[in-house]
Amino acid sequence: MQQEQIIELLTQKDAKKKKSRIPARLDYLQSATGLLLAIFMIFHMLFVSTILISKDFMLAVTKAFELSFIFEGGSSVPVFISIAIVFVIFIAHALLAMRKFPISYREYKRLKIHANLMNHADTKLWMIQAGTGFALFFLGSIHLYTMLTNPGNIGPYASSDRVYSDLMWPLYILLLIAVEFHGAIGLYRLSMKWGWFDKGDGKETRAKLKKAKIVLSGVMLVLGFATLFAYMQIGQEHKASYGERYYNETYPMEQK
Amino acid sequence: MNRQHHQDEIIEGREITLTIFRYDPNNKESKPHYQDYKIAETPGMTLYIALINILTRIDHDLSFDFVCRAGICGSCAMVVNGKPRLACKTLTSEFTDGKITLLPLPTFQHIKDLSIDTGTWMNAMSVKVESWIHSKEQVDISKLEKPIEPEVADEVFELDRCIECGICLASCSTRVMREDFLGAVGLVRTARFAIDPHDERTDDDFYELIGDDDGIFGCMSLLGCEDHCPKDLPLQTKIAYMRRKMVEVK
Ligand code: HEM
Ligand code: SF4
Ligand code: FES
Repeated sequence: MQQEQIIELLTQKDAKKKKSRIPARLDYLQSATGLLLAIFMIFHMLFVSTILISKDFMLAVTKAFELSFIFEGGSSVPVFISIAIVFVIFIAHALLAMRKFPISYREYKRLKIHANLMNHADTKLWMIQAGTGFALFFLGSIHLYTMLTNPGNIGPYASSDRVYSDLMWPLYILLLIAVEFHGAIGLYRLSMKWGWFDKGDGKETRAKLKKAKIVLSGVMLVLGFATLFAYMQIGQEHKASYGERYYNETYPMEQK
Repeated sequence: MNRQHHQDEIIEGREITLTIFRYDPNNKESKPHYQDYKIAETPGMTLYIALINILTRIDHDLSFDFVCRAGICGSCAMVVNGKPRLACKTLTSEFTDGKITLLPLPTFQHIKDLSIDTGTWMNAMSVKVESWIHSKEQVDISKLEKPIEPEVADEVFELDRCIECGICLASCSTRVMREDFLGAVGLVRTARFAIDPHDERTDDDFYELIGDDDGIFGCMSLLGCEDHCPKDLPLQTKIAYMRRKMVEVK
């Protein structure tokens, strides 16, 4: 083991004179984790935006995630496990994608001058992706940790109190912008990188995918801001009874 | 790339200004700077004609490279108003404000002014990706060649149209950041041989050539290559093709 690694250090190949397969695995995993996160983000948006329909509907969705059809009144354990899985994928993706950042001042400077000189759209998109990715290190971690430690505190009032009274909304505004840009550009890049839709005229497909990317981030941003605004409004109205839980006939006593 | 020609808008003999990067790295006295040249535009003037004009009438010391003047040899690549392009295929009339800035291609060995050495790098690339048919078969030239599917042949010939101009490298920010990155020309060269049924190399063999972060896995899909290649090679789809192959190697 030790000797084999040293051979690779010295020759860039293993003892059988073969190149390591690890870079291939890392490239694949970087894309796979990005894809999983992007798909997760779309569903996450659909679930949180149920508040736009009604408090009761949002509560019903929350209770479904708490597996209330199995556990009486719902359990926070399945929620905790789901968040933990997302957190692990998130960290893995950050670790893998980080390898692509301009990692020294020299690289950063050369990238920036060159990109500005060429004024090339897709190069700029990558810079936005790297920039938002860096912001997500912090924004995403704070949000994920908060949820990991509050898996039982999700609901029409519980979430609104967190957004409004616990002052999470400034973070959520930044997180929303960063994630939607990063995710939509990421999906577009994935389709280019792996040639998902390469049948036929490549240039035409690319123009269509680019439009789809803009539509996706636009729809997600509008939906996201509408949702955030809804939670803020409920949070403001609910300020006086902070901490109290929402309940209805189906789910009486949403206890703490 | 915008190749729209504003032919009908040409004002006969309008004055255009070429701002050219001047520097001779081999001369200690020389300092890198930009120099303006004003010339009268003529109908159908390309940057090649404009530069010859300057060389013969204004400045005998200006260096730049040309051979074919027809977009075939790849020696006249330079950065035109920020975009890497072939000077012999670029009409001055395209620039409605009459201002054109010319720089040498970045990432290659600079010789002087607009002149760079792409040849040394391209030769090293050819050696690195073993840019030749690998076959153990004894060719009997008295017999007809084995036929190949016309679609496959087309795909190979399409990639053979590369003129090694270096524009894909000069438009790749990844390559500008990381000098060891092989770039589109090298990656797509391996695709050319991977598609060609005459070549007996397996995916494992290609992995040994490009299976690392200086090769296929270093590409970040910025697509500068795809958008600037003067021969419109299908670089994005062929890089994706090689990436899919290489990631499947056991
Ligand atoms: C700490 C958080 C994150 C960091 C530091 C980060 C960083 C990056 C970087 C630098 C890239 C570009 C990689 C390349 O060009 O090869 C990238 C790609 C990508 N990211 Fe993220 N990202 C983060 C979180 C996310 C999240 C939350 C999502 C989901 C919306 C996501 C989805 C994607 C996708 C789909 C790609 C394309 C994958 C690829 O090119 O292989 N990322 N990420
Ligand atoms: S791939 Fe296109 S841009 Fe690159 S060297 Fe060949 S012709 Fe030039
Ligand atoms: S001079 Fe040959 S390509 Fe321009």
